[in-house]
Amino acid sequence: MLQVLFDALSLGSLYALGALGIALIFGVMRLVNFAHGDVIAFAVFALLWPSVDAVAIVFAGKMPWFLLIPFILAVGAGLSVLSEVVVFRRFRHASPATMMIASFALGFVIRYFLLMLFSSRPKSISLLPALSQPVEVLGARMPLLQLITIVATLVMLTGLSVFVRRTRFGLEMRAAAENFTMARMLGVRANRVIMGAFALSGALAGAIAIILGSQTGTVDIQMGGAVMLMAFIATVIGGLGSLEGAVLAGFLIGAASVVMQTVLPPEARPFRDAFVYGAVILVLLFRPQGLIAARGTKERV
Amino acid sequence: MAQDAQKPQKSVLLRTIATPLILTALMVALALLTLAVGSRPFNQTMIDIFVRVILVVGLYIFVGNSGVLSFGHIGFTCLGAYAAAWLTMPPMMKELSFPGLPDWLKAVQLPYGPGAVLAALFAGVFALLFGRVLMRLSGIAASIATFAMLAMINTIYANWESVTAATNSVVGIPIVRTIWPYMIGAIVAIFVAWLHAVSRFGLALRAARDEPTAALASGIDIPRVRLVAFGLSGVVMGLGGALMAHSIGVVTPDTFYLGLTFITLSMLVVGGMSTLSGAVSGVVILSLLIQGLRWLERGVPVGNTTFALPGGLQEILLGVVMIAILARRPNGLFSKEFAWPFGARDRRGPALAATQTVPEGDA
Repeated sequence: MLQVLFDALSLGSLYALGALGIALIFGVMRLVNFAHGDVIAFAVFALLWPSVDAVAIVFAGKMPWFLLIPFILAVGAGLSVLSEVVVFRRFRHASPATMMIASFALGFVIRYFLLMLFSSRPKSISLLPALSQPVEVLGARMPLLQLITIVATLVMLTGLSVFVRRTRFGLEMRAAAENFTMARMLGVRANRVIMGAFALSGALAGAIAIILGSQTGTVDIQMGGAVMLMAFIATVIGGLGSLEGAVLAGFLIGAASVVMQTVLPPEARPFRDAFVYGAVILVLLFRPQGLIAARGTKERV
Repeated sequence: MAQDAQKPQKSVLLRTIATPLILTALMVALALLTLAVGSRPFNQTMIDIFVRVILVVGLYIFVGNSGVLSFGHIGFTCLGAYAAAWLTMPPMMKELSFPGLPDWLKAVQLPYGPGAVLAALFAGVFALLFGRVLMRLSGIAASIATFAMLAMINTIYANWESVTAATNSVVGIPIVRTIWPYMIGAIVAIFVAWLHAVSRFGLALRAARDEPTAALASGIDIPRVRLVAFGLSGVVMGLGGALMAHSIGVVTPDTFYLGLTFITLSMLVVGGMSTLSGAVSGVVILSLLIQGLRWLERGVPVGNTTFALPGGLQEILLGVVMIAILARRPNGLFSKEFAWPFGARDRRGPALAATQTVPEGDA
């Protein structure tokens, strides 16, 4: 029972972090960033030296953890800001569909750039191996990593929420999310806010990269994709543009997946995802604006 | 007629028929080119282009007219492809691949033509069923719901061992190598899309896309007009799936998932989401670009040396070109329908007609 709870929380943490990364950017520029998953993959591959060999040549990954973690976060943030400056800045006034396809094309470019440097074979690395030792908490055995994932996510979420609520930058960002034009007229600098949002979102992608990399012990070009899809769904269910909603929905989807895995009869288990997606459709039918509808997303007539 | 200039309107059909005719001419030209070249790889490339034309036009019927981005339509392609496999494979092979099919279905073996039509209708029925539920949503919620639908279809087809052979490749689907059925399929898709676009349903749907509040106030039942487009596009996507199955002879659930979804959506958006001309030319232009880059990747002899792009660069360049096109033309390459190059009066596409024509009676 407790085991299920911890599984749900750790899976939900991943989705919540991903959803937050997507919601941050959506809030300030109405962009659904499909490249997010590829930023995650890029952040992990930054640890390796480019080679197409099957064996990973660990380069930056040899750093001690207190350097390694900031390094990955910085790589994620850097790539994300770069993508804003090089690509998305040109799409400020484009329709959401155009921006979405542009972000998909960008993700495509990043993915095949990685493929060119590293080949498509998954490689195994041991990232922070100390974390896979089991610990016992309240009678449930689990890898230390799972506990750290949950705790780190909670710390990050609290930190981010303080940052968004208590700092000037956070205030500007919330203002921009609510009404971008009005915020600009009141002196919020658009480029700064948008770049800040991209940097935060990229750093979150880096955090997911660390968790995924040490959880699975492999790096793979595809690794960001699955998390990104679920995170994307969580963002919408939570209410696009609402940060609290994104986090809540991320945890809910994680919980739903884990609970269905244990509750469903064995012959229906392969179809688990179909049930999860069915639930997604149901939630959308009853709350099309999301669980926590963000203000300012509803169009005025 | 001489008084034409005085008359306010010619019939919508006459004013807009230039678009499907020009596109049909383009399709026939491509098919004749294939015949003239006569090489087998080229033939296969052209078949792929025709199949994609069908898929992207199917996507356009819903996405272009309703403005709701759908990530789920490739699900109907999946339904169509597997239905075509169920209908056209020899009974012996079916016994091996799909032991769980009902006996009557195992016993039938149709030629590919009727098989494709039935497969298209099968996909259309499911589009109506899903659409009945999903069309109440709009905007990004609708997009996500369609994606959830795609993921559901994929999960079911990837796991229902006895009926879909799960993730194993289904082989034994009759392969059709002549180009004509694919060309005809593409032309049929183009005409279906055009007829829908100029019908009252198409007009109402575009009105709801551009001015939802005004459309609602004029008595348009938005979920209903969306449902019509969704069902119709489901039929076309199913047809595309069936023909795709016959063109490659193998189906797996993952052929019909995110990869195909994104490439078809990209073709639609790069070409111009809101026009039929854009949908068709987006396919042709991006497909030619992909082929050209592949050709460069294989190596081109320049003097004594061969010049070849390193592997992976093809996709990177494709992505860069797509971003460049969209940055330059956010509405896609063709945001106006093709029309006859003469006669200024006739140069109005259906998109414009939507705001200018009131359907007469219940035509």
